[in-house]
Amino acid sequence: MEQQYIDLYKAHRGMIKEHSAAVMNASRDEAFARFARLGFPTTKIENYKYTELKPSLEVDYGLNFRRLDFPVDPYQAFQCDVPGIDSFLYFVVNDGFYPETDDRNKELPEGVIICSMKEASEKYPELVATYYGKQSGKKDDGLVAFNGAFAQDGFFMYVPKNVELPRPVQLINIMRSDVDFMANSHDLIIIEENAKAQLLVCDHTQDDVRFLANRVTEVFVGEYATYDHYKLENTHNRMTNLMTLLIDQQASSNVISNVITLHNGVTRNTIEVALNGKHCETEVCGMVIADKNQTVDNFTSVLHNMPECHSDELFKYVLDDVSKGAFTGRLFVEKDAQKTRAYQTNRNILLHPSAKMRTKPQLEIFADDVKCSHGATIGQLDDNALFYMRSRGIPYNEARLLLMNAFMADVLEYIRIFALRDRMKMLVEKRLRGELSKCEGCVICQ
Amino acid sequence: MLVIKNLHANIDGKEILKGLSLTINKGEIHAIMGPNGSGKSTLSSVITGHPAFEVTHGTIEFNGTDLLELAPEERANEGIFLSFQYPVEIPGVSMVNFMRSAINEQRKYRNEPAISATDFLRLMREKKELVEMDSKLTNRAVNEGFSGGEKKKNEIFQMAMLEPKLAILDETDSGLDIDALRIVANGVNKLKSPENATVVITHYQRLLDYITPDFVHVLYDGKIVKSGGKELALELEARGYDWIKQEVEA
Repeated sequence: MEQQYIDLYKAHRGMIKEHSAAVMNASRDEAFARFARLGFPTTKIENYKYTELKPSLEVDYGLNFRRLDFPVDPYQAFQCDVPGIDSFLYFVVNDGFYPETDDRNKELPEGVIICSMKEASEKYPELVATYYGKQSGKKDDGLVAFNGAFAQDGFFMYVPKNVELPRPVQLINIMRSDVDFMANSHDLIIIEENAKAQLLVCDHTQDDVRFLANRVTEVFVGEYATYDHYKLENTHNRMTNLMTLLIDQQASSNVISNVITLHNGVTRNTIEVALNGKHCETEVCGMVIADKNQTVDNFTSVLHNMPECHSDELFKYVLDDVSKGAFTGRLFVEKDAQKTRAYQTNRNILLHPSAKMRTKPQLEIFADDVKCSHGATIGQLDDNALFYMRSRGIPYNEARLLLMNAFMADVLEYIRIFALRDRMKMLVEKRLRGELSKCEGCVICQ
Repeated sequence: MLVIKNLHANIDGKEILKGLSLTINKGEIHAIMGPNGSGKSTLSSVITGHPAFEVTHGTIEFNGTDLLELAPEERANEGIFLSFQYPVEIPGVSMVNFMRSAINEQRKYRNEPAISATDFLRLMREKKELVEMDSKLTNRAVNEGFSGGEKKKNEIFQMAMLEPKLAILDETDSGLDIDALRIVANGVNKLKSPENATVVITHYQRLLDYITPDFVHVLYDGKIVKSGGKELALELEARGYDWIKQEVEA
C-alpha cells in the first residue's frame, strides 16, 4: 500500500513542490522520509488499535498535484445560511481554498488574515515559517507524515494580538470529484496573545464516490487568548475522514474543542492539546451518533506540561446497528505540573447488540499534587425510564428519542455560539430520528 | 370500567398473581391492602403493561377494550394512570418537555390538535397549585434530585395534568410526612369525579383517613381473599393480617 505512494512521491516530487509553497516544501522531503519509515498506521500500532484503515487505503484514489480547479461553485451548491449564525464564511474544495469569498468577509478586523496556506506562505513567509510544522513536524505518526509529504495547501487564519473577531469563522470542507479521490490539507491557525476567535469547521461530501481526506490542523493559542474549535462531520458512508487536530496553548489561554460526528463513513480524529503555560483552561469534547457500519475513533491526548492548568474532557457516543466506536483519553501530567485539575468522562449507549464500543482512559501522572478523575461507561437506555415515560402515554420510539437527546444534551452545552448550539440540538434530534439517514450536502447550511 | 377475571401473571417464571378477579365501576374508590409480597405492586404493573411481567391466564377489560392487547402507552392514552411507588429519575429530560410530550400524545390519540404553548403553561400552573407543588420543580429534569415527598407530589401533579379515567396509586403514602400526605390526598380527592375511578394500593390504613374507599380488598398470595367496606381497613389496622392468613389456609 505504502509503496505506490512512495513511488508516486518520487515520480512527482517536483510537481508537488511546484504547485505548493516554499514554507511547506521546506520540510516536505523530511516528512516523506518519515512516512517511508513509518508507513500507514495499522491496528498493530497501539494508538491505532481500533482504527482499521486498510480497506480505506487500498482504494485507488486520484490526487490533484497540479492543483486543477474542480468545477464547483460552493456558494451555489451550499446555501450556507445557518439561521441566526452570522459568520465569516470560507470554503475548501477537496484540498484547495476556494478563492472567491463573500463580500462580507471584507469586514474582518484590521490585521486579521484568512486565506489559503499557499497565499499566506507567499505573502507572509516569516509568519508561516514560525509556526508551520512546529507541532506536526515532531509527530511519529504515519498519517501526519503522509500529510507533510503530500499536502500542498490548506486554510490559514491569523488573529493578531488583542483582536477579537466579531463573528465566528465558518470553514466548509467539501469533497467533490467524479472519481475516487484523496485530499491532503494542512491548516494553520494562529491566535495571538489576548485575541479571541471561534471557528466552525464543517466536513461534507458532494459526490457518490469514495473519498479520503487526511487533514492536519495546527492551532497556536497565545497567552490570555480564547479560542473555540467546533468540528462537525456530516459526510456520506463512502468517506474516510482522518483528522489530526493539534492545539498548543500558552499561559492563561482558554480553549474549547468540540468534535461532532453526525454522519460518516470511517472517521479517525486525533486530538492533542498541549498546555504549555500556567493557568490554561481547556475543554475537549465530542459526540458521535453512528449506525449501519459506520466507524468512529476519537483518540485524544491532553498534555499538562505546566502547573495549575485545568482540563475537562467529555465524549458521548450513541451507536446502533453494527457501528463501531472507539475512544481513548490520554492524560499526561508532567512531573512539574503541580496543582493540575483534569477530569475525563466518556459515556456510551449501545442501541443494538451488534454495535461495539471500545473505551480506554489512559492517565499518566508524574506530579504528586494533582486532582484527576476519569469515568467510562457503556450501557443501554434505562428500561425503567422508558417504561415510566410509556406509562404516561409517550410511545416507545418517542421515549427513546427523548432519552437519547437528553443523553447528548450536555455535550452541546460546550458550544459557546448560542445560535449554533440551538441548530445542533435540532440536527442531533433529526439524526436520532433517522431523518438524516444520509448526508444531503451541507445540512448545517440547508 | 375495569374488569379483571382470573388473572395469572409471572415474573422471571415465578407466578405472583394466581387467579385474581376484580371489578371496578366508575365513580368508585377501591383500596387494595395486603401483606408484603402478596402481589399488590405486580397487579399495578400488569394493568399498566410493564414488559417484565407475563400474563399467563385471564383477562383484563377496560371499558370493553382488551387491555392485554395494548402497549403501555396505549393503555395510558385509554385513560389508565399509575402513580409509581418509586418514581423514576430521568436526567436531562425536563419536566416541561416530558409533560408536553405526554399531553400531546394523549391528544394525538384522541385526534385532537396539539396544545398551544399558552394553554399548556396555564394548565401547568393550574395543576401545580392543585398539588401545592413548588414552581421550581417543573423547571428541572423529571424527578432528578427530588425528595421522596416531591416525587410523590409530582406523580399526583402528572395525574392532574393527564386526567385519567382510572388512577392507580401504588403505595403513594409511603415515605410521606403528614403534611405531604394531606396534600397528596387532597389532590386525589379534588380530582375525583363520578366519571373516574381510583385504586389505592397501601399497606396502612393511614392514607384511608384522607381518601375514603368504597371498597377494601385484601390481596394475599396472588388472589383477593376478602372484600368489604371501609370498616375492613380499620379491622386490618387493629388485628393485622394473620387472622386473614389463617382464614385462607383453614
